Amino acid sequence: MAEVSINENVMDLTPDGPRLKGMRCKNCNNHVFPMQKGCPKCTSDDVEEVQLGTKGTLWAWTIQGFPPKAPPYLGETDPAKFKPYGVGYVELPGQLKVESRLTIADPTALKSGMEMELVGEKIGKDEEGNDLVTFAFAPV
Amino acid sequence: MSDDVAIVGIGMHPFGRHEGVSGMDQGAMAIRTACGDAGIEWKDLQFAFGGSVAAGNPDTMVSQMGLTGLQFINVVNGCATGGSALISAYNTIKSGAFDLGLAIGFDKHERGAFRVNTGKSGERDWYGGSGMALTTQFFGMKINRYMEDYGITQDSLARVSAKAFRNGSINENAWRRQALSEKEVLQSAMLSYPLTQYMFCSPGEGGVALILARADQAHKYTKKPIYLKSAVIRSRRYGSFEVLAPSLALDYADGPTVDASKAAFEAAGVGPEDIDVAQLQDTESGAEIMHMAENGFCEHGEQEEMLAKGETEITGRLPVNTDGGCLANGEPVGASGLRQVYENVLQLRGDAGKRQVPNDPKVAYTHVYGAPGISGVTILSA
Repeated sequence: MAEVSINENVMDLTPDGPRLKGMRCKNCNNHVFPMQKGCPKCTSDDVEEVQLGTKGTLWAWTIQGFPPKAPPYLGETDPAKFKPYGVGYVELPGQLKVESRLTIADPTALKSGMEMELVGEKIGKDEEGNDLVTFAFAPV
Repeated sequence: MSDDVAIVGIGMHPFGRHEGVSGMDQGAMAIRTACGDAGIEWKDLQFAFGGSVAAGNPDTMVSQMGLTGLQFINVVNGCATGGSALISAYNTIKSGAFDLGLAIGFDKHERGAFRVNTGKSGERDWYGGSGMALTTQFFGMKINRYMEDYGITQDSLARVSAKAFRNGSINENAWRRQALSEKEVLQSAMLSYPLTQYMFCSPGEGGVALILARADQAHKYTKKPIYLKSAVIRSRRYGSFEVLAPSLALDYADGPTVDASKAAFEAAGVGPEDIDVAQLQDTESGAEIMHMAENGFCEHGEQEEMLAKGETEITGRLPVNTDGGCLANGEPVGASGLRQVYENVLQLRGDAGKRQVPNDPKVAYTHVYGAPGISGVTILSA
């Protein structure tokens, strides 16, 4: 079965991996993820969709230690099979800090300021049995 | 400084889990108690503001309370829902529209962490679906970074929880009434690093009702009116770090707590040094620590020493969360902010029993924070 984006309005799945779609304000150059129709910084509605960067530095992080509720969670919710995962904000230079899953969940291996890059992560299946892919950041 | 609005009656349905009792019935019980406290009947109330997020539209309770035709307005405003009912009632009396009214908040949530559905109709919920959209994660990330920036230790997180459960153990309306040691707190399951299970509050159930009156009529209802000096709600500014945010700005700005706190102190004409007892949002123990500084009670980083010295204990220099806070009471969103005010009214009346703050407290402070980046502050005086 194929791999498909968890939601094409926020993320394209390219041969080079996932690419996030954000908003850039043409008036003040502020960025927001995901795309929205107005700028919260300058209040302009003159905005465009842009691809966000794929490399950045970790700004804040935690580790999700229990299975989230489904719905909405699409991943593993069985406490016996659930594996903790990292969640953090990664600062993308000149754009914004994006909230993301992290590929590692070891508190001794995570440190704010470390270099990270965007990767895809399979999270579940869609109605046709395709693998749904979401985004995550991995240490470089 | 104005004395326009007084709280003349209070009522509370115990917080916790109450099988077979609806959230609205808990709210109705709180109202009956509050009316009794003020020596009035339901039919005397001219208006009501009611808050509930998950337990039905509050105004429908008139069918059991009495169809008196009063003005009843429902408010829903995230984690500041109860506080929003209060500020609406406060402004209604200040405006001169009515003389006597009610702020009621109640709720009843499912077990476990709040389920946050962020999907838009017709598309897959990528945010919650990917395993984000958990309020617990925000609190873990914020305190984790804060500890790094300001040298707060995990022992301090445990001290806050142990204090909360100790205070809860002497509060007959609290949910968690068993004292826990710092060691037990640290050794419980790691939910969202660095926060363990007993460092988090849980969504719960309960109801709180407050009767408000024009200050110049307050003595008709009570021997000891408590004056609402200010009630402020602020939403987030560009650049602040908030719960449930898929992205943040590169710029950094203070959160809504800082804005709400400053505005509330200014409106009341007092400062942090005048506060004798404070109830601060403690969704988890780290939040209480950060909120001590964000509300102006100390500098960032000073909390470590304040906690080690016991300064926020009931007998300390600045008692914080004397009723056990959200940690011991749980968080029924519609009622949570009103619980804080209820506790402060007891403290200022001198009616807080075993957990009474000594030396006759005169000025008290409440603070709520929550989704989607909203904060509410009140200042009360005896």
